[in-house]
Amino acid sequence: MKRMIVIAGHYGSGKTELAVSLALEMAKSPRREYERLAVVDLDVANPYFRSRERMDLLEANGVKLYADVYHSTGATAELPALTAALRAPLEDEGCQTIIDLGGNDAGARVLRQFGKYFEGNDHELWAVVNFRRYETRDIDSSREHVEAIQQELQIPVTGLVNNTHLLRETTAEIIREGHEKAEVLSKEMSIPLLFTCYPAGIIAPEAIADIAPLRPLGLYMRPAYLDK
Amino acid sequence: MTTDKVLMKGNEAFAEAAIRGGARLYFGYPITPQSEVPEYMSRELPKHGGCFVQAESELGAINMAYGAGAAGGTVFISSSSPGIALMQEGMSFLCSAEVPLLAMNVSRGGPGIGGIQPGQADYFQVTRGGGNGDYRIPVFAPSSIQEAVDLLYEGTELAQYWRNPIMVLADGMIGQMMEPVLLPDFKPVPTPHEIAGLRDWACTGYDDRGGDQNRRVVKSLRMQPEKLEEHVEKLFRKYAQAEKELVRYETENLKGAEVVFVAFGTTARICREACEILAEEGIKAGLIRPISLWPFPNKAFDEIDFGTTKAVISAELSMGQMMTDVQIALNGRLPVYLAHRTGGMVPTSPEVAARAKAVLEGLK
Repeated sequence: MKRMIVIAGHYGSGKTELAVSLALEMAKSPRREYERLAVVDLDVANPYFRSRERMDLLEANGVKLYADVYHSTGATAELPALTAALRAPLEDEGCQTIIDLGGNDAGARVLRQFGKYFEGNDHELWAVVNFRRYETRDIDSSREHVEAIQQELQIPVTGLVNNTHLLRETTAEIIREGHEKAEVLSKEMSIPLLFTCYPAGIIAPEAIADIAPLRPLGLYMRPAYLDK
Repeated sequence: MTTDKVLMKGNEAFAEAAIRGGARLYFGYPITPQSEVPEYMSRELPKHGGCFVQAESELGAINMAYGAGAAGGTVFISSSSPGIALMQEGMSFLCSAEVPLLAMNVSRGGPGIGGIQPGQADYFQVTRGGGNGDYRIPVFAPSSIQEAVDLLYEGTELAQYWRNPIMVLADGMIGQMMEPVLLPDFKPVPTPHEIAGLRDWACTGYDDRGGDQNRRVVKSLRMQPEKLEEHVEKLFRKYAQAEKELVRYETENLKGAEVVFVAFGTTARICREACEILAEEGIKAGLIRPISLWPFPNKAFDEIDFGTTKAVISAELSMGQMMTDVQIALNGRLPVYLAHRTGGMVPTSPEVAARAKAVLEGLK
């Protein structure tokens, strides 16, 4: 895995859940390549469900969270004028950095101002797809979303992540259907399918053992009362 | 209906439901936490032959909606708390002129410009109205995205049937969260000629009326007090009927409950979890969930088990705006307490459960 992982995708495709899960997994891994670990929350498109809401959890696990919050107040402005502090992990060669973008091409746009950090070969750009999201429910609409993000960022997408799910109503069949579509999309776009996610605690990995590689995702961002 | 459930963000689903319900005209101005609604409309409505206009302000938007509705259009607007406040004058005009409108308020913390996190402190604004004069607006408060979709889908017709604005109030959490939904089928959209017949009061122009030369007038000005009084009395006969027909609510576990929560929207979901926490501790708690906020579901309170229930708790993301209606509905039969957070803060279910325990303890 490269030093900087940029996670993009449609609104609600699961970018933040992936960023938080991945960071916590890396934090616990005995085979860490980099001394430091950071999540950069670049979501200025959406005011709710952002990785900064899990700052305490991440920092308790040794993951530094960078977000556009006013120093010490925790308040945020929904502006693409970002604090220079966000550049620290991008410039730190000893820091594995996960960059959590806002939704769609519009939400991804904010990365453009950091373009110079992505001119080299030190990063990966992942596009998360959920074929059960209404606006990316088939291969064509998903491809349009991935292409729009690529076009906006002027950085090639290096990998697709299949995160097809329906929250607590996810079934093995839903994941499998998504995986099949993701494989077609991967072939059509000549972008490797990196892995398929499944909601941990809802789907047992044995139920989808025919799919590889798999990665469990926690529901860290969703308060339990939303499922009442 | 979509055959499979799809995962949608509240705001996207609201916009899609309005389109599927037949709305083809949208006027609005972006404001968090509902900006995905105009964003979605600007992208999707033209694909259905509709028209999206980003107005210069919320005042512009509501008056465009007034004009388009008066001309027989099926209009949807949305905004969030301070934006809805700017629209209040227009709401009064629409009610007086009996112009249909489907309106959505994805509410946030106030007062003033407030914040962008979820709030329910618009209860007074939407149930009492901030505009002048005697008028009423039916308000429905969904607690899930599916319920919001179903209410908005029905709302286009309710607005036409009652010839009045219909408001759907979802707090910011319902607008921003994701949930699996089944989308209803697209309703057939009437042609201008059909609209001229169906909406026989609308200023459609003569061309679409097949030789009918009668003037149609949509207005809110009535200079003669006798005429204005007569008009207001007529409106209130309509509202009296709406009070009978539009009451909606759900109750859960009222039988044998020691304490009953009253909550709508996101707060109802938190109370549901609080009921489970209390049950684990041997305290039976029930829930009344008003879906229509006006008309308020007074009759739901007659279902309370008065033999066992000792207290009613109004749980709100406000300083207790709904509590007044709860007290009126109970009419002194039980003491009413408040469990609340405000300013965009959302209580946790253990906090709400602890409040219920403290209330019961205090009554011993």
